[in-house]
Amino acid sequence: MKTKKKINTSMLWAALVIALVYVGVFIAEQTLPATSMLFTVLKKGATYALVAVSMNLLNGFTGLFSLGQAGFMLIGAYAYAIFTIPVADRVNVYQYYNGGLIQFAMPVVPALIVAGLVAAAFAFLIGLPVLRLKSDYLAIATLGFAEIIRAIFQWNKLGALTNGSNILREFPTFNDFNIRNAEGEVTVYLSTLVPFVIAGVCIALIVMLINSTFGRSLRAIKDDEVAAEAMGINLFHHKQLSFCISSFFAGIGGAMLAMYQSTIQAKAFTSAMTYEILLIVVIGGIGSVTGSCISSFLFVACSEWWLRFLDQKQMIGDFEVPLLRNGFRLVVFSIIIMIVVLFFRQGIMGTKELPDLFKRKKKARQEVKA
Amino acid sequence: MKKFLAVLMVLCLMAPAFALADDMPVVKIGVFEPASGDSGAGGKQEMLGMQYANKVAPTVVIGDTEYKVELVYADNGSATDKAPSAAAELVNQKVSVVLGSYGSGVSIAGSPIFADAGIPAIGVTCTNPQVTLGNTHYFRICFLDPFQGTVLANYAYKEMGAQVAYCLAELGNDYDVGLAHYFQQAFEGLGGMVISETFPTGTSDFTSYINNATGYGAGVFFAPCSIAYSTLIIDQAADLGVNFALMGGDTWDSNKVLEAAANSNLNILVSTFYQEGGNAEFDAGIKAWLNEDAEAMTNNGGNDVIAAVSAMGYDAYFVALEALKAAGSTDSKAVNEALWNVTFDGVSGAIAFDAETGDAIRDTAYIKKVNTATGAWDFVAVQGVN
Amino acid sequence: MFNTVFPYLLTGISVGGQYALIAIGYTMVYGILRLINFAHGDVFMVAGIVMVYLNASGMPLVLSVLLTLLITMAIGFAVERVAYKPLRSAPRMSVMISAIGVSYTLQNLVLYITGGLNQFYPKIPFVSDSITIFGVNTKMVTVITPILTVILVVALVMLINHTKIGMAMRAVSKDFETSQLMGIKINSVISTTFIIGSFLAAVGSMLYFTNYNTVIQTSGSMPGLKAFVAAVFGGIGSIPGAVVGAFIIGICENIIKGLDIILFKAGITKQNLGLATFSDAFTFALLIVILIVKPTGLFGEKVTDKV
Repeated sequence: MKTKKKINTSMLWAALVIALVYVGVFIAEQTLPATSMLFTVLKKGATYALVAVSMNLLNGFTGLFSLGQAGFMLIGAYAYAIFTIPVADRVNVYQYYNGGLIQFAMPVVPALIVAGLVAAAFAFLIGLPVLRLKSDYLAIATLGFAEIIRAIFQWNKLGALTNGSNILREFPTFNDFNIRNAEGEVTVYLSTLVPFVIAGVCIALIVMLINSTFGRSLRAIKDDEVAAEAMGINLFHHKQLSFCISSFFAGIGGAMLAMYQSTIQAKAFTSAMTYEILLIVVIGGIGSVTGSCISSFLFVACSEWWLRFLDQKQMIGDFEVPLLRNGFRLVVFSIIIMIVVLFFRQGIMGTKELPDLFKRKKKARQEVKA
Repeated sequence: MKKFLAVLMVLCLMAPAFALADDMPVVKIGVFEPASGDSGAGGKQEMLGMQYANKVAPTVVIGDTEYKVELVYADNGSATDKAPSAAAELVNQKVSVVLGSYGSGVSIAGSPIFADAGIPAIGVTCTNPQVTLGNTHYFRICFLDPFQGTVLANYAYKEMGAQVAYCLAELGNDYDVGLAHYFQQAFEGLGGMVISETFPTGTSDFTSYINNATGYGAGVFFAPCSIAYSTLIIDQAADLGVNFALMGGDTWDSNKVLEAAANSNLNILVSTFYQEGGNAEFDAGIKAWLNEDAEAMTNNGGNDVIAAVSAMGYDAYFVALEALKAAGSTDSKAVNEALWNVTFDGVSGAIAFDAETGDAIRDTAYIKKVNTATGAWDFVAVQGVN
Repeated sequence: MFNTVFPYLLTGISVGGQYALIAIGYTMVYGILRLINFAHGDVFMVAGIVMVYLNASGMPLVLSVLLTLLITMAIGFAVERVAYKPLRSAPRMSVMISAIGVSYTLQNLVLYITGGLNQFYPKIPFVSDSITIFGVNTKMVTVITPILTVILVVALVMLINHTKIGMAMRAVSKDFETSQLMGIKINSVISTTFIIGSFLAAVGSMLYFTNYNTVIQTSGSMPGLKAFVAAVFGGIGSIPGAVVGAFIIGICENIIKGLDIILFKAGITKQNLGLATFSDAFTFALLIVILIVKPTGLFGEKVTDKV
């Protein structure tokens, strides 16, 4: 009873922190200029947070080393874009395919769910053969599938549906959520809050899943497949379901990426994107949802914003700082990543979650008192 | 807690960076160009034009005050997924107007970011119609792919007598795919046959594609791709001893192409915006600057052959200055309004914008041919649609 | 029919030989460390960049070739010491992530040094010359590659089967811990493996980039990935397997690129299907098929999990 109560108070603290973050985002958005890089970082960070958590569900909680995330994001992004481009704009977007095959447009939220479902359906089919493979083989097979998916989406015979290899655009983006008055001026900014809400809801669902019976079975599989099977867990079904769920959320993440970028193209979804997400997961701590979220914001902020100055010549007085020129940012960034990978293998959070932080703190405080 | 700290840290870093204030007020022009990636070499040459123009005219009088013009760079990495954040970087720097980009895909990808911020953009050499279609903030000073494709198709069919054309485009590159598409339309309209294929990004082995063209009996091999790929194609075609002509769009107008084709017996034709010798004053000025500035020389590929894109970059800069003057303010919305009526007599020809799309009204392209013995461009023809 | 297919076959064999030289590096490292060395493709690319810069410095070609080989071997050695050795006892996933990190770092380093622009590979006399085989024009390197590959592979197999270090390698790949107990210096064996792998990658890079004369920071990722697929296809850990796999993949890939015209000439199809789009994807499709049908690859040994 006592322990349960303790968990509840720390949970409460965690909920409060999360609520504060949301309020903070909302206030920042109303008060700061909309052109600030902060919002770019927050939007992309929220998107990557969801994708990283979905990857963590596989790599950290089920122990399946999958490298197919970019492929599922591609599917989600394309499904979202294809179903939401306004009919009037289709002639322009599908310029070589007479306006394309699909002549209707869905609202955003159903389209997001469809994006997830399509990705999950592909995952189901891919999972049938692939999930029987072990560790590295699984990694390389999923990587291969991501490449195959990319080629299929670029095939010009499917152009009426996918616009071939050409860019998709004109679909609703985050900025379309801003509330505008009759003159077209923005009265309430929501373009950053919306991705936070979408990612928040999805991550909350994943957390609930992890803490359910199903989630415990997944962890059992991760710890020891043979033992888990002996305990009566159907390995294949659990892996399959976990794979599909992860892909579902990766698909939604892909759709969010499309909304963030406002244009989307299959060419961009390379294995490099998967590696990036994997690095986010590792930096945050494999097996920690909170870690994935924090590290995705840090990762995006460093790569898009904080380290940008390294790419330009800087003068301190008359002294020109050496080495600084285009590309130096990425060198520094990759060295930081290598340091984390080699020396801080636990990442930022290890396997701890947000409520754990308050627990430990309380304990520490009690010790100080004593 | 850490999340909270991170947000706090973010808020602290939000403090705007104050530039060391000069006496003269500054107007910022964004340069949205690729400095890396497949189109990096071309982007750098386009930037050279702007940098030279900035050297020629470092200040501008807006209203009654004289402003110092500052070029703000953002590298879009030749990739449509990197373009939005590069565009956001320019928006964050509060530029009044944007120049660029080299390559249509990145321009299309960056366009919504500029639209949301109300910043006008002047396309320099992005030739795909989609860049300016259906928006009011993107302008363009070059000709379009339907025009360029038709010009090349006419030349290939009528002047060179080719019956079969082989088109090769990079998958997912809007410039390549668009130009190949319009070329195919025009060439088939004339009665020729076109085989169109695509290659994935990062391909380095083109021998199979060249063999395909030979197999189909192509009279012309049209590959409107980035310089990075064009040099590979030229090199491999030379080794395979092909007997068809190679044809490229404006991207092929580069000294890298000249180098790759030197001492081969290939027949290479390109269409472009500007031919060296078109404006003696500009030619002499930029050559002098290139020979003076070692970094500029490196960015131009190590010699002082003037790329057409440099001339276009030069013109774009002055069009932007004209727009700032006409707007009478550095406010980007006012500049956007003013741009519609800007006219400018540039080194690449007279520039005025179409009242509907914002495209420059242009009706001529230059056709050039590589002289493999001297390693220079030979002027072939000024070609219109007919 | 032969005339239509032959040019593709010729290119395929040449590309296959280059993949083979990279694939050996993957297969040897995997055999010993059970690690997919994702950075190997980038070591291959770095070898190309090193050659470009050495040549630009104006030294004689022979010297720059030798130095390129040496520097690449040093890089391979350094990568192992810095990024993999500290993780010897860590879970396999950590080492693989470290490999991805190294790949990311090498690419970004080259991006920084070259400014992200294509570098032109120097022409190597004789190897770059054009020749004609059965009426098809090609470069000398197309012919040299498969021959050189076979010579190097034979030499390597002799090394592994008939020398002391080779015996140590075989022992380590059979059982890592026991061989350690038997007094084999694990670290030196692993280092030797990386040095040999990097040497072959450097040779491969010279052949590859002579053929396709530009190098950029991403040049190594696709060939690397394909070489890895070749290694898995042939049965990872087996050197002959990697070589056979590489040739199969090189040939298939080029046939796919020309499949449209081959089908067209044979009268099977009437129009262009755009199948060339799938030249890369086909490699991976092949990989997945082999993984499902015969997970250990063509020449792989079956391993049973001990519980």
